[in-house]
Amino acid sequence: MSDEKKFRWVGTRPIRPDGVDKVTGRAQYGADFALPDMLWGRVLRSPHAHARILSIETGAAAALEGVHAVMTGQDLPDLFAEKAAAAGGHDDSNNLAHNVMARDKALYHGHAVAAVAATSREIAERALELIDVEYEVLPHVLDIHAALAPGAPLVHPDRVAQGIENSGPSNIAKRLQIGHGDPEEGFAEADEIIEREFSTRPVHQGYIEPHACLAQTTQDGRVTLWSSSQGHFMVRDYTAKLLDIDLSLVRVIPAEIGGGFGGKTTVYLEPIAVSLSRKSGRSVKMVMSREEVFRASGPTLGTRIKIKVGVTREGVLTAGEATLHYEGGAFGGSSVGAGCMTIFAPYAFPHVRSTGYDIMVNKPKGAAYRAPGAPMAAFALETVMDELAQRLEIDPVDFRLRNAAKEGTLASFGPRYRRIGCVETLEAVRDHPHYSAPLGPNQGRGVALGFWFNAGLQSSAGVNLNPDGTVTVLSGNPDIGGSRASLAIMTAEELGIEYEHVDVMVADTHAVGYTDVTGGSRVTFATGMAIIEAVRDVMGQLCQRAAAVWEVDAERVSWHEGEARLDGGFEPAPLGLAELAKNAGKTGGPISARAALTARGVGMGFGAHICDVEVDPETGRIDVIRYTAVQDAGRAIHPSYVEGQMQGGAVQGIGWALNEEYVFDDEGRVQNPGFLDYRIPVASDVPMIDTVIVEVPNPAHPYGVRGVGEVPIVPPIPAVVNAVHAATGIRFCDLPLSPARVLARLDEARSPGSA
Amino acid sequence: MARVILPQALADRFGGEVQLEIEGGNVRALLAALDARYPGIGQELEGRVAVAIDGEIHNDPLLEPVEEQSEVHFLPRLAGG
Repeated sequence: MSDEKKFRWVGTRPIRPDGVDKVTGRAQYGADFALPDMLWGRVLRSPHAHARILSIETGAAAALEGVHAVMTGQDLPDLFAEKAAAAGGHDDSNNLAHNVMARDKALYHGHAVAAVAATSREIAERALELIDVEYEVLPHVLDIHAALAPGAPLVHPDRVAQGIENSGPSNIAKRLQIGHGDPEEGFAEADEIIEREFSTRPVHQGYIEPHACLAQTTQDGRVTLWSSSQGHFMVRDYTAKLLDIDLSLVRVIPAEIGGGFGGKTTVYLEPIAVSLSRKSGRSVKMVMSREEVFRASGPTLGTRIKIKVGVTREGVLTAGEATLHYEGGAFGGSSVGAGCMTIFAPYAFPHVRSTGYDIMVNKPKGAAYRAPGAPMAAFALETVMDELAQRLEIDPVDFRLRNAAKEGTLASFGPRYRRIGCVETLEAVRDHPHYSAPLGPNQGRGVALGFWFNAGLQSSAGVNLNPDGTVTVLSGNPDIGGSRASLAIMTAEELGIEYEHVDVMVADTHAVGYTDVTGGSRVTFATGMAIIEAVRDVMGQLCQRAAAVWEVDAERVSWHEGEARLDGGFEPAPLGLAELAKNAGKTGGPISARAALTARGVGMGFGAHICDVEVDPETGRIDVIRYTAVQDAGRAIHPSYVEGQMQGGAVQGIGWALNEEYVFDDEGRVQNPGFLDYRIPVASDVPMIDTVIVEVPNPAHPYGVRGVGEVPIVPPIPAVVNAVHAATGIRFCDLPLSPARVLARLDEARSPGSA
Repeated sequence: MARVILPQALADRFGGEVQLEIEGGNVRALLAALDARYPGIGQELEGRVAVAIDGEIHNDPLLEPVEEQSEVHFLPRLAGG
């Protein structure tokens, strides 16, 4: 069993290959690329949350000296309208195309309506001021209540809800329902039932690097893009699809990426930059300002969740029911499906039902954010679980353990779980010294559990053996969280060579096979599988070369610790990698291999967090004073980067719980489009995030890997909120727990006559 | 025969049965058999939903094997971050 196997590299912490370039500033991010003939592209954005575009006059802008191209939505092909019309208005490609640039209507404040390419950024911005757009301002809807109110203005009057029979046009993009059993029957068996309603506000992923790209086009129709994203194949495919170009003519070269967290799994600038380049005959660079990132790139938007959970007095869950409304922005497409699927997932519910509504509002099109949809759902369930444990006078971790999902449990989203580490994760929390450490005045402790599916999807890899015995690995995934290191470790482990002898390159779309995005916590798992498959192919070739040298059957030769051995022994002297590589030309030619697969056997992930807070009764300020994140990683290939994911996810969740929210005014304008006013936690705001890696190997992966990147953002919100309850006796159901909101509730609790 | 569990909303539109015994072999054959029983349901499902076969979720399966004793669920497709 792989559990007992001794590894040389797996589980160690070597220096990441891209580390020196990143800390010395040599690494090239999206905005770092330049070409000699380069123009600067800038976008004109709607000043209205909802408005019909009556006309756009671009003549004065085009006439400005230094301007080489001006474009509007009319310059982009309208390829998906018929398909959308046939689907009640809903079509992902049509939505993407109309989000990249508005056509007949601007659907949110900041929606792109025109663009300019000029010899400098300043000239391009002056040209934007010369574009005259005539709007007919329309009434808008900015939140779920307004969108669902009778007679509400419709974001898309032609759209009917998917999943609701015979519905007329509305702001509901989609309804879905999942579950099993009969919740009413389950609630009838319950001794305690708690029903609550929760809300969250729009938040941004908060990646530091803004969206940026450089486009070069040629007269024979070729396109080269340098772009920062979570997937250069995604950039290629979306850009080509929106502009109707053959994929083979589009080459996307990946830049390093300064954070994505799901927000860079789509395109905003690339189709515009290519269009401007084609119009001007020059290369075009575009970089969003921070304000544009906030106004026009996808946040995760607001939610409202009603939840009801029943339990016996012995602490056994009998039923769960939830109604989830998620804003999807101007085009729908929220993560409410995942919200419905994850909300009850950590536990064994005999009866469970989740109903989700994807709501269209006049806000930017929502984008994925790390375990999309799950943190809000966990906020609702795990807060109620805490309250139930308190009411039953059961330790909150014991209560969760009594109901925890395990192998064979019928998951709330349908199938039965395979091998999972939910129980082991909770046990690690229960046994951790943090869980029983004493607390001081105004302090409280909360725990919460979180679940995420993780993903497999498609990956390709190339492995080239160099004549000196070193190895070059080609991956199609941008390295966000240290995947070069984890992929190099697995290569070195398989081949039995030095880690330093492996170099992993993030190869462009013309150099490696199709690979899905760096998302879904999939790269070490899925691309790792592709690389292992290619490396094993190389090992087979090496054995064949050794057999040829020894003039024996290849079946008698096997690969051990970096060398080919005959019948597993040392006679004749084994042939090492370097020698075989050096002589490859004489024994059959260069040795290389490729692998491409749709990864199977995804290992689902669980994490549980312990949070201690101190609440200042005078100001309402909450400080997180101690935090421990526990997570089943299956197998930590490079523990430092697993821990980094756990720490980063925890801090993002803490920010979501305590500080972060978009503030929209009544006209739909974001009032805090910058990191000064949109406050994400910085290092001095949080304590050292302690981590415990639990390893319940995924039986379907050669090394037992489960995805780790997304799970850690699921538990923090309820962990913080439960800790605040423990410190104050107040349960908060609406985020964020800003000092003003907390102080108001503290004052209310202290006022004479309060319960 | 594989045991197939349909989403309630889909079952309501196609015959009302949530659990069905269907001859499989692979996902494509299973969808064809479902469609033969409830015309139109195959088109609703193919390429638009994820399929869980014995607890493993496949986002875009076609030739994925479905064993005699397999349990098959249809789920909303997921996006990761």
